[in-house]
Amino acid sequence: MNSTGPNSKQAQRKAAMTVLAHSAAADIAGRLAAITLPSHENLREPENGLVMMRGRIGGDGAPFNLGEATVSRSAVRLATGEVGFGYTLGRDAEKAQMIALCDAMVQSAELSGEVEAKVIAPLRVAMNAERARKAAETAATRVDFYTMVRGEG
Amino acid sequence: MYVAVKGGERAIENAHRLLAHERRGDRDVPEVTLAQISEQLALGVDRVMTEGSLYDRELAALAIKQARGDMIEAIFLVRAFRATLPRFGATEPVNTGEMQVRRRISSTFKDVPGGQILGPTFDYTHRLLDPQLAEGFVPEQPETAEASQAATPRVTDILGRDGLIESSPQADSDAPVGDLTREPLSFPADRDLRLQNLARGDEGFLLALGYSTQRGYGRNHPFAGEIRFGEVEVELFAEDVGFAVPLGSIELTECQMVNQFKGSTTEPPCFTRGYGLAFGQSERKTMSMALVDRALRAGELGEEVGAPAQDEEFVMSHSDNVQSTGFVEHLKLPHYVDFQSELGLLRKLRQEFAEANQAVELQEAAE
Repeated sequence: MNSTGPNSKQAQRKAAMTVLAHSAAADIAGRLAAITLPSHENLREPENGLVMMRGRIGGDGAPFNLGEATVSRSAVRLATGEVGFGYTLGRDAEKAQMIALCDAMVQSAELSGEVEAKVIAPLRVAMNAERARKAAETAATRVDFYTMVRGEG
Repeated sequence: MYVAVKGGERAIENAHRLLAHERRGDRDVPEVTLAQISEQLALGVDRVMTEGSLYDRELAALAIKQARGDMIEAIFLVRAFRATLPRFGATEPVNTGEMQVRRRISSTFKDVPGGQILGPTFDYTHRLLDPQLAEGFVPEQPETAEASQAATPRVTDILGRDGLIESSPQADSDAPVGDLTREPLSFPADRDLRLQNLARGDEGFLLALGYSTQRGYGRNHPFAGEIRFGEVEVELFAEDVGFAVPLGSIELTECQMVNQFKGSTTEPPCFTRGYGLAFGQSERKTMSMALVDRALRAGELGEEVGAPAQDEEFVMSHSDNVQSTGFVEHLKLPHYVDFQSELGLLRKLRQEFAEANQAVELQEAAE
C-alpha cells in the first residue's frame, strides 16, 4: 500500500480522532497550549445533537436501534485551506472544536508532525495507560478453576 | 376525560417552590453533586440512561437529582430532553465482540476461551449491610494481574461454528432499521423494533415477565450463555467527513441467552437464542430482556403461544414506564366534569331504585 496515499491519510486522521475522542477536554487543551495554533475559522459553529446508537440482533445479526447518545460536532478551516472535523460523544462543544482543529492540522503537511508529536502521541500514551490499568484490574478477577479429584477414578 | 381548568396558579407556583425546598432537604447537610451521583450511584445512572434511551451520564445524574431519586420521574425528564436536540444520524452498529471487557461470565462453559472474568459484581457477596460504608470508608486499591492478550469471543460465536445454535438473522438491505421514536408501533412488529422497545422498557416489568417464563408461563429453558460488560467503540458515518468517524466509547452490557433447541424434518436441531443489550452495567435488565426477546419469538419458532410474555402487543404496549406512568398518573388531574356527569347518573339511578322499591312496598301493603 502506498504509505502517502489517501487511505493512509484517512487512517491517520481516524487514529488521531479516536485518541482525541477518548481524551478529556482539559487534557487536549493542555497539550494544544504547547504548540502555536494556526490561524483558522469556524466552518460550522460547534453544535450539540443526538445520534441513534445501533446494536446488532444477537451481537452479530441485523442492526437495531438501541437508544440515543448526545454528540457534539464542529468543523474548522485553516487559513491554508485544510478542513478539519470534530465529533465526540457528550455535549462539550469546545472539545469538538479542538478535535476539528487537530484534524485540520493532521492534514497539513507542515503541521501534522508537530500535532502528532506534541498533542496526539502523549494523549495516546495516557489513553493506553488507562486501558492497561483497567485491563490489569479486570485480569485480577479472572477465575482459575481447579477440579477436585474424587476417589481413585 | 381530562378537561383543562384555570385557577390555582399561585398554589401551583408555591407547590413547586416547596418541592424545590424539600428536594434540597436539610440545608445543613451538604448538597449532592452530579459527579457524586454519577460516580457513586453509577448503576442508577445506567438505568436512567437505558430507560431514558439517552447515553449521557451527566444528564442522567442531573435528572436523578432533580427527580429526588425517583427513577421513573428521572427517566421521564431524560426522554423529554431528547426532544430538544436535532439528530445527526445513526451510528455504525457497535461490535460487542471487540468489547474491552470489564466482566464476562458464561454459565454454560467453565473453560470458555478468554476465561470467566468476574469484574465488579454483587455476585457472591453476602448481602449483609456493611456498617463501614456508613461514613468515611476508604476501599483498598484494586488488585491487578497481568492482562491476557487472548481474545474473548462471544459464546454464541463458538457454538455457532459447529452449527449447534441458530445464527442471528441477517440484515435485509432493502428494509430500513425500524425506529419506534419515529413511527408509532404497529403489530406484528419485527425483531429490531421489539428489541428497541425492550431496551428502553421498564426493568421491573421485564424482570417480572422474564420470571414468569421461568415459572411456566411460556417456558423456554434458558441458560445464560454469556453476560459481558465493558466498553465498545462507537463510530458515526459522517457525510461531510466522508468516513466513519470515531465518537469515543460507551459502556454496554450484553446478555446472550441460549434456549431450548428446535429442529424440523429439514433442519437439524440446534439451540435457539434470546438477546439483551443495554447502556452501562445493567445485568438484570439485559437478562430479563433476553428472556422476553426469546419468549416473543415463540410464534416464529412454532411454539404454542398463550403466556403474557409471548404476547407482543401486550408486552410492547406496556413496557414503557413513561407511557405507563403518564396514563396512570393522569388520574390525578382534574376530572371534575366527567365525575359530575357520573355523579348525576348515579343519583338518578338511585332515585329510580328508591321509587321502584317504594312502589313494591305500597303494593305489598295493599295486598
